Amino acid sequence: MRIVASALVLSIPILTAAEAARGETLTVTLSHHQVRITSTYTGAELAVFGVIGRDGATAPRSGDYDLVVTARGPRANTVLREKRPFGPVWLNDAQVKFYDLPVTMAVLSSRPLDEIADVDLRRRYAVGLDTTRASNIAPPGAAVREEEFREALIRLKTQSNLYVQDERGVSFIAENVFRATVPLPATAPPGAYEVEAALFRGGVRLAVTQTSFEVTKTGLEQFLAREARERGLLYGAAASALALVFGWLATVVFRRD
Amino acid sequence: MEFYLPIAEMPVHVGLVLAMSAAVGFISGMFGIGGGFLMTPLLIFIGIPPAVAVASVAPQIAAASTTGVLAHWRRRALDLRLGLVLLAGGVVGTLLGVLFFNAMRRVGRLEPIITLSYAALLGTIGGFMLVESVRAVLRARNGAVVDPRRRPRPRWFGLPFRMRFPQSKVHMSVIPPLAVAAAVGFVGAVLGIGGGFLVVPALIYLFRIPTAVVVGTSLFQILFTAIAATLFHAATNHSVDLILAMLLMFGGVFGAQFGAQAGKSLKGDSFRLLLALILLATAARFVLDMVVEPREPFSIMLSEVLP
Repeated sequence: MRIVASALVLSIPILTAAEAARGETLTVTLSHHQVRITSTYTGAELAVFGVIGRDGATAPRSGDYDLVVTARGPRANTVLREKRPFGPVWLNDAQVKFYDLPVTMAVLSSRPLDEIADVDLRRRYAVGLDTTRASNIAPPGAAVREEEFREALIRLKTQSNLYVQDERGVSFIAENVFRATVPLPATAPPGAYEVEAALFRGGVRLAVTQTSFEVTKTGLEQFLAREARERGLLYGAAASALALVFGWLATVVFRRD
Repeated sequence: MEFYLPIAEMPVHVGLVLAMSAAVGFISGMFGIGGGFLMTPLLIFIGIPPAVAVASVAPQIAAASTTGVLAHWRRRALDLRLGLVLLAGGVVGTLLGVLFFNAMRRVGRLEPIITLSYAALLGTIGGFMLVESVRAVLRARNGAVVDPRRRPRPRWFGLPFRMRFPQSKVHMSVIPPLAVAAAVGFVGAVLGIGGGFLVVPALIYLFRIPTAVVVGTSLFQILFTAIAATLFHAATNHSVDLILAMLLMFGGVFGAQFGAQAGKSLKGDSFRLLLALILLATAARFVLDMVVEPREPFSIMLSEVLP
């Protein structure tokens, strides 16, 4: 894993935070806004830095701030299937389709989520993996087990490191300055990622702000992916030609007679 | 060392993929089978998306069978005429198989039935070959030399449209090999496998082709099937990962080269014994896959990334 946490703390735009009129404001910035996929890419980490701003009227109560940083990857339609026994064989039976679901998600917080806000509030603001919202269409019969499918989905996603929840993932480096590290697994797809930071105190959300970054293939990886998509037949012909050349070369190299 | 695969969208260990493909290539070159039925599950096991695994194995099979075909061609262990007959039958069978597959998908639930009957077929052929070849090995140890080709000529050799296959030293009707190739092509298209490991026993037992010629001829047919599969996958699902395919080719061709050389010193009966074990192991894998209770009943099937 590559940690690219440059000394960006100094350049956090504190000015914009100070301009806000009342109550707390939140400003965040990322260590970088583009992650480039090269041939040696094995995932990355992005540092999130943030500043909590207060106007003069707000009493300084920094110790009890809670922060939740949520990074969501590109969205996809995802089908979850369940195997059931039919006589001696196990076959896929029920399936539920989750629409518009983030492929990756990282929920980082300064404290356990349940201590930050109650579940109703967390549901309303989609804070935490367990509040993942996705419209889904279940076949009749499976509908009643929606919760079970949702749990299975999050379990599978967590097992493959695509979903992460870290209740110690946000740390304060000064009274009102915090940082978090968003992990990006190697299997995270290219696309647009959004990062949302929410400030809580005493179970109430005080402020929220968003930023984003992009994961893109570069160089050879970008070229191959584009050719495969746009000129499929030519790409296939090139792969076939390469196969013939490889096969022929091997006989030349190993020729004994 | 890790390498990022642009289509699979994940990194893989270069050494691991090379070792796996060399091992499968060895078996492929030795027995005249494509090896996709071994390679694809291995790739899925290390996390490659199934669609990418299936599509990227096709060029590897093409490369490994090119090596095998050239090696056998040089030793004159390839019946070009028989290979072309098999190819013609295979094309027709594959087309019918694709049509059937699409119709089947609309009905649903037929897939497990086909997989089970396929496993039963593999198990039966493998079991028969095992018994036959163990007997042959035992008899050979007792000094008796028995060639399965010595048994009386089957009656179907006498069907119309007879053709002489000098390389294989048989004179028979082209109808049976066409039918067998079509059947294998059909099954292969339905199950998404090449079916080379069904062609090989058919050539040995049904058509009495010498083992040496069987391997080269089977690889010849597989070469064309694999190129067609590569073009088809690249044009329709765009899921051929060229970087993965190159790693697989690299390991595969070297493995196949050594496999072809190892196969040369293998006697006919031990060849059939080893192939029987491969068929039985494959059948067992298909059955276990369906019968054993899965540790995780849920699976994520498909994930279409939205723009």
